[in-house]
Amino acid sequence: MRKTLFESLTHGPLTEPAPQPDEADLAELAASVSRAARARLGRSLSIRHVDAGSCNGCELEIHALSNAFYDLERLGLRFVASPRHADVLMVTGPVTKNMREALLRTYNATPDPKWVIAIGACAVDGGIFAGSYAIEGGVKDVLPVDLTILGCPPSPTELLKGLVALLGHVSKKPNIP
Amino acid sequence: MGLLDTITYREMAKQHRPWPRAIVGDDGWRQAIERLADGRATLLGLWCDKTCVHMALLGERFDDIAVLSFDCKGGSYPSVGARHPPAIRLERAIRDLFGLEATSAPDTRSWLDLGAWDVRAPLGARRPAKTATPYAFLPAEGEGLHQIAVGPVHAGIIEPGHFRFTANGEHVVRLEQRLGYAHKGIESLMAFASLEHAGKLAARTSGDSTVAYSIAFARAVEAALQVTPSKRAVYLRALMAELERIANHFGDIGAICNDASFAIMHAQCGILRERILRAADACFGHRLMMDVVVPGGVISDIAADGPMQVRALLAEIRRTFPRLIELYDNTASLQDRTVTTGIVTADLARQFGAGGYVGRASGRGFDARRTPGYAPYGVLAFEVPVLSAGDVNARVWIRIREIEQSLSLIDQILSALPRGAIKAAVAGNGEVCEGLALAEAFRGDVLAWVRIDGEGSVARCHMRDASWFQWPLLEAAIEGNIVADFPLCNKSFNCSYSGHDL
Repeated sequence: MRKTLFESLTHGPLTEPAPQPDEADLAELAASVSRAARARLGRSLSIRHVDAGSCNGCELEIHALSNAFYDLERLGLRFVASPRHADVLMVTGPVTKNMREALLRTYNATPDPKWVIAIGACAVDGGIFAGSYAIEGGVKDVLPVDLTILGCPPSPTELLKGLVALLGHVSKKPNIP
Repeated sequence: MGLLDTITYREMAKQHRPWPRAIVGDDGWRQAIERLADGRATLLGLWCDKTCVHMALLGERFDDIAVLSFDCKGGSYPSVGARHPPAIRLERAIRDLFGLEATSAPDTRSWLDLGAWDVRAPLGARRPAKTATPYAFLPAEGEGLHQIAVGPVHAGIIEPGHFRFTANGEHVVRLEQRLGYAHKGIESLMAFASLEHAGKLAARTSGDSTVAYSIAFARAVEAALQVTPSKRAVYLRALMAELERIANHFGDIGAICNDASFAIMHAQCGILRERILRAADACFGHRLMMDVVVPGGVISDIAADGPMQVRALLAEIRRTFPRLIELYDNTASLQDRTVTTGIVTADLARQFGAGGYVGRASGRGFDARRTPGYAPYGVLAFEVPVLSAGDVNARVWIRIREIEQSLSLIDQILSALPRGAIKAAVAGNGEVCEGLALAEAFRGDVLAWVRIDGEGSVARCHMRDASWFQWPLLEAAIEGNIVADFPLCNKSFNCSYSGHDL
């Protein structure tokens, strides 16, 4: 453990990794998110994830947001365990009929002001699962959606970009105290 | 002795490949049930197709497979679950989706139909829905018992499912799962779909195993249509499958340690997982390598600098992973949580035919890559690690050993990557034909069964995730453990909700 910890201390953070096309965007995203988040929400935006029947691909990439490369929390964004602690519901999946009620209850348990992000192609309109007897056909058919992030699944960078867009949207919403 | 030697059958399906499908009557069906109940065969799958129930059996030495089909005249068939419990949930699912009854089934509660659909038996008679009735959880009676209801929305970034614990203080007396929340009706969407569209659905049955699902689907289609993919294609498939395997194993090892609040393992494994996904993206243009494997081969070749990127990735993993293994093994507080926690007995693993690390940590050495085996694994050297402790720790160690084996496999694949075409033509051959395939996903064997019509469209496709036979074992593993150890046990299984619910 000592060796691993020591290496982490001496090698610097991975959040500035080897150059890649997206790295510049990422650094830019980090700066703009922290400005907007600071201004509107006291540096923090709490996110509650709800899987409304996804294939679990989106979950893998949402998980990746917390790894050392993307380190979501440095931006003031964090995942919380209860909708009662959340500002944002991040919904994945085509909303199966079996999950409709649970999704609605989670939304109702989230205090105002609140925002909903639909993540991934099937959360937009059912995607490849559209037309099935078992799905509602997208998050917007059940809840008011503030933002959609496309992709199957969206990459962590795309997710980060989307979260920035949401912060812009949040700042325009009239019910912010 | 072949599986069908002791089973009375009426005739063989003409175009079922590569293993036989026998049409049986009441006697043959019951002989198969007895064989399962005696432990002389493993249930590989139980599914339906209009009014016909199909049962896939695996022989004792894992090298023989047969499918039995029973025509349900009058809408019922003799229950397999009555004598062989692993079939119970499959029978409940068949009842919900097709409306066929298993005669004298031990559990007639619904399974996938949670009362929210507009129709009953959506793949069968399509009757109008009835008013939903409350689900009767199995009772647990005794002094001082209380229930804890968890889900379908969980506290983490997890798929939806409901867990009903009955506990005495901290100790779990009974866990009962209630699944089906992720049911999307994939099988109904696959019917009459083009191969391309059905392949995309297969790839989205369980996103973490998208490569394995695509391989299972592609191989079933190729078996049905008698198409042989090129050598280069099968090597590239195996490369993707092993990258997917190690990415998931790293994710799991980190997450299991995280559930014991050991964050450094989580962080370090997360870094390695991310590096693998980035290498996959650089090689195949998608971090999870979705939709690259298709019937006939693969749709895109590895990027020119792909092999170099993967070699660099292997070097990095080989540099850092041994240190992490040592850290896991030498941290007493972590071992305290994983050793002897959530034990699955060898008998249960065998009875349920548990695949993947759940089976291999409990003495069941089945690996579809080895037996019945598929290309290119026959010419590659690898071991199938097996342990007998059956606890969380053993399931972690199986993953560690499998990562080591996969690293070696990737080395071998890169060194021997043949040149040539990457995709063979695939088209209907004017006849209805059927194919069955197994593919080894990171969590266990995926079964794909497909019937293709003369024009080359999918008439019926069934995919069976390894989770079907692992979920019930989680209920057994947690018994007598403390509630706080459930996340550890659950993560050490990492069953798929979507792959199970379909």
